[in-house]
Amino acid sequence: MKPEELLFAETHEWVHVTEEEGNQVATIGISAFAVEQLTDLVYLELTSVGTVVGTGDEFGEVESVKAVSSLYSPVNGEIVEVNTGLSDQLETLNDDPYAGGWMIKVKVSDDQGLASLMDHTTYTKQCAGEH
Amino acid sequence: MSTGNLLQTPLHDWHVERGARMVDFAGWSMPVQYDSIVTEHVATRERASVFDVSHMGRLRFDGPGSGSFLDRLLTRRVLGLKPGYIRYALVANNEGGILDDVLVYHQQTPSGTDYHMLVVNAGNRAKIVQWIQSQLKSDDEVLMSDRTEETAMLAIQGPRAIDLVNPLLDANVTAMGYYRSQTTKQMGKVCIVSRTGYTGEDGVELIMRREDAPLILENLFRAGRECDLVPAGLGARDTLRMEAAMPLYGHELDETINPFEAGLRFAVNFKDSSDQPRSFIGREALQPLADTPSRVSRVGLLLEGKRAAREKYPVFDGETQVGLVSSGSFSPTLQRPIAMAYIDAADTKLLEAGRSLEVDIRGRRHPAEITSLPFYSRP
Repeated sequence: MKPEELLFAETHEWVHVTEEEGNQVATIGISAFAVEQLTDLVYLELTSVGTVVGTGDEFGEVESVKAVSSLYSPVNGEIVEVNTGLSDQLETLNDDPYAGGWMIKVKVSDDQGLASLMDHTTYTKQCAGEH
Repeated sequence: MSTGNLLQTPLHDWHVERGARMVDFAGWSMPVQYDSIVTEHVATRERASVFDVSHMGRLRFDGPGSGSFLDRLLTRRVLGLKPGYIRYALVANNEGGILDDVLVYHQQTPSGTDYHMLVVNAGNRAKIVQWIQSQLKSDDEVLMSDRTEETAMLAIQGPRAIDLVNPLLDANVTAMGYYRSQTTKQMGKVCIVSRTGYTGEDGVELIMRREDAPLILENLFRAGRECDLVPAGLGARDTLRMEAAMPLYGHELDETINPFEAGLRFAVNFKDSSDQPRSFIGREALQPLADTPSRVSRVGLLLEGKRAAREKYPVFDGETQVGLVSSGSFSPTLQRPIAMAYIDAADTKLLEAGRSLEVDIRGRRHPAEITSLPFYSRP
């Protein structure tokens, strides 16, 4: 997945929306910028399949040597799939954040969260401001 | 990140050019990491690294009364400390609370002038300067000057540090003992070298004039190519000192913790060098505490898994909360989480190495085992 094709949340999660059997399914991960800022990742925990999340709800946490960060759902819906192998292969987040580094898939219940997401250009500007 | 209004060390631009992530630390813009905390940590344990520690406060004491004054100010004997020697000490208030932990140096210039120096925590510098001014009397014959902003300080740490630094200095660092210092020169630039550090490794700290810092740093890196010297930031400094179980003010130490609870009995001298009682600020409050069982005690915790126990996380024995974590992190050397904690000392069984407790990590209990400190000591 190219980052240009993704949408981004202010809290550094990326979203890729596809159509599956008439439902919108959002694949969610965290941006390369976020991974670079965290560095030295040691632990990842993701909420389980079946959990209903609202926009801004925590769906897990990622911990580095320095600090712990929460992961926030950018959409409303139900978690239908979790990348369970990722927590044992945290280097994937560095090597391939936009494909192999996906974290959860959410069956989107409404478009509410999606409207406030940024395109890659806008997101890159936000990151430049945080640097 | 905006660094407006923050103090800058003379190496600030160098850090930024090296791609360091700069953070506000005690009012200074400081590098927290250049590359990764883990690589900087490992480089320090295996080879050598250099830290800019110019934010640490450096206070100089001149005058015939400086030794006596510092002897009264600090919990540790200063009278009898020979030139070229350094001691770790505490600054206590009248209630016995710890205002700061410091290094006291007795220095002699090449022309034979004696003076003392205190290296204090950056975050406590203003408080300590104020405290000292409030304690100084006009007949003390002491002149204190805060040299922090006109000097710089570098820590070169790791098993290769001494061999790296030795050829660069006029002083014979290899022959210098631990906690010794001398005034020397690096390519003609005056500096103080001491065999001290905050990483658990061998190494030195250098204090130099502010304007000489960039050149001395460059010379260090030129000589350091051979051992792949890397710059290290405050992030690695913190994980390294934690593995070495060195206390950090604001975490293991503050005004409510007494030195005995903190495991720093060695830093309190109730007697002088001829075994006579000595008086110092805080003595009256500390004396009775020295012989009474402590309320709490500083211990080490080793955790299972990968999640780190961090500051203020509660520690449990069954359903009873028995303490709080003071600092914790994932240990790059041990490859598991480590923490220091203050545990209720009423039941000394709770403090025994091997004892199983639990830490509440954001709502979930994780097994933790009491372990003797330090977590790491150099081979």
